[in-house]
Amino acid sequence: MMGGGGGAGGGGRGGLLENANPLIYERSGERPVTAGEEDEQVPDSIDAREIFDIRCCWALAGRWGFGHPLTLEELNVVEQVRIQVSDPESTVAVAFTPTIPHCSMATLIGLSIKVKLLRSLPQRFKMDVHITPGTHASEHAVNKQLADKERVAAALENTHLLEVVNQCLSARS
Amino acid sequence: MKDSLVLQSRVPAHPDSRCWFLAWNPTGTLLASCGGDRKIRIWGSEGDSWICKSVLSEGHQRTVRKVAWSPCGNYLASASFDATTCIWKKNQDDFECVTTLEGHENEVKSVAWAPSGNLLATCSRDKSVWVWEVDEEDEYECVSVLNSHTQDVKHVVWHPRQELLASASYDDTVKLYQEEGDDWVCCATLEGHESTVWSLAFDPSGQRLASCSDDRTVRIWRQYLPGNEQGVACSGSDPSWKCICTLSGFHTRTIYDVAWCQLTGALATACGDDAIRVFEEDPCSDPQQPTFSLTAHVRQAHSQDVNCVAWNPKEQGLLASCSDDGEVAFWEYHQPVGL
Repeated sequence: MMGGGGGAGGGGRGGLLENANPLIYERSGERPVTAGEEDEQVPDSIDAREIFDIRCCWALAGRWGFGHPLTLEELNVVEQVRIQVSDPESTVAVAFTPTIPHCSMATLIGLSIKVKLLRSLPQRFKMDVHITPGTHASEHAVNKQLADKERVAAALENTHLLEVVNQCLSARS
Repeated sequence: MKDSLVLQSRVPAHPDSRCWFLAWNPTGTLLASCGGDRKIRIWGSEGDSWICKSVLSEGHQRTVRKVAWSPCGNYLASASFDATTCIWKKNQDDFECVTTLEGHENEVKSVAWAPSGNLLATCSRDKSVWVWEVDEEDEYECVSVLNSHTQDVKHVVWHPRQELLASASYDDTVKLYQEEGDDWVCCATLEGHESTVWSLAFDPSGQRLASCSDDRTVRIWRQYLPGNEQGVACSGSDPSWKCICTLSGFHTRTIYDVAWCQLTGALATACGDDAIRVFEEDPCSDPQQPTFSLTAHVRQAHSQDVNCVAWNPKEQGLLASCSDDGEVAFWEYHQPVGL
């Protein structure tokens, strides 16, 4: 995957699929449109709800987990509460929660979230994607890899890996 | 501090891509830039503006991460994510790829020429540092593979005059190497940073080394020879390196590069918070425990992460920088009055 460091490896079909009986969380409903957003004179700021709305993680559903039937939101991998965004400061921080502490797909999930953010948000944004503290055995190693833009850049030049990420991000089929 | 670093010009050096690194040639007349578009560009000044003199696009299949000029200025080395290092020979404005160095298992992250021009060092995500010997026929032979780091190696730099090599790594350490008998060996490990060390720079004397890190600090390390007056312990005949200063609280994100001006001693940093900062040593501070002051701070120096800062080797105060926004900027630095 992204090489060298611990926590990235693991056998192919591991991760969430190892968890046969995951806890299932209800999907949050469609977001009500605010008056400010309907008023075209008012520039929309990007808030946490909007990050969530761009389906940065929700869209990982479908083929991301080699056919896992549940979306990341249903699995509570990403919750709105764990997305912090500041439009004026151009920062976004997304915490994701692997369903089991030894999920071997954690780096790939994080990388996919990162790619989705890179493709969706203006370039001025500083993006931090990390594991919800205390929810993964290799939390530090995965977080360090995801924060290393050189490794991320090199990983995304890997055609095979990019294909897998794109599959993760493609719409639910 | 206001106006101590003034923008001279800005060029879209690697449009729609990221500009990773810059290197001035030894005479300070040409600047090489490289980036995610797999290209190297050579810039020269004409009047008040900087013009692209050449584009080197045939050498690499993937991102060109770093470039380095040979001390004679006739060769340029480029390190790429495609696992190779290309050696380019300069003929007037043309550059020809004369050799491709292969051997690293994956991304080559940095390349540096020793001051003699007879040795070249490369490092890679494969955790190794390679030392290459160059002969008169432009043949390159790997003379040592150093596996001292436990994680990928981000940067290599040579001492300004001696054959002493330093490397920075994702394993949070800096290592120093020298030749011993027929082989190269790691002679010091500098521990203290709390995350990836991204870059290194020697001061003009070569006695001190600056390192910058993902932990948002710059550390200054000083060499102590065996039998030093300060009583810093050394093992055997090897010098010992000690952290004598930590610049913390200035940077708000990863520091990607540090550059120590060989003419003035000013220290510049490139940071992931889009800013460029310049520090100067307080002239009255204790050389064993120096203090540095922030003398310039341009908050939005670029619209994205600043990846590299490079002082011109001949023209005092001329600083070049490059960014994820694909641009190269040229700055004029004036030391504030009263320092």
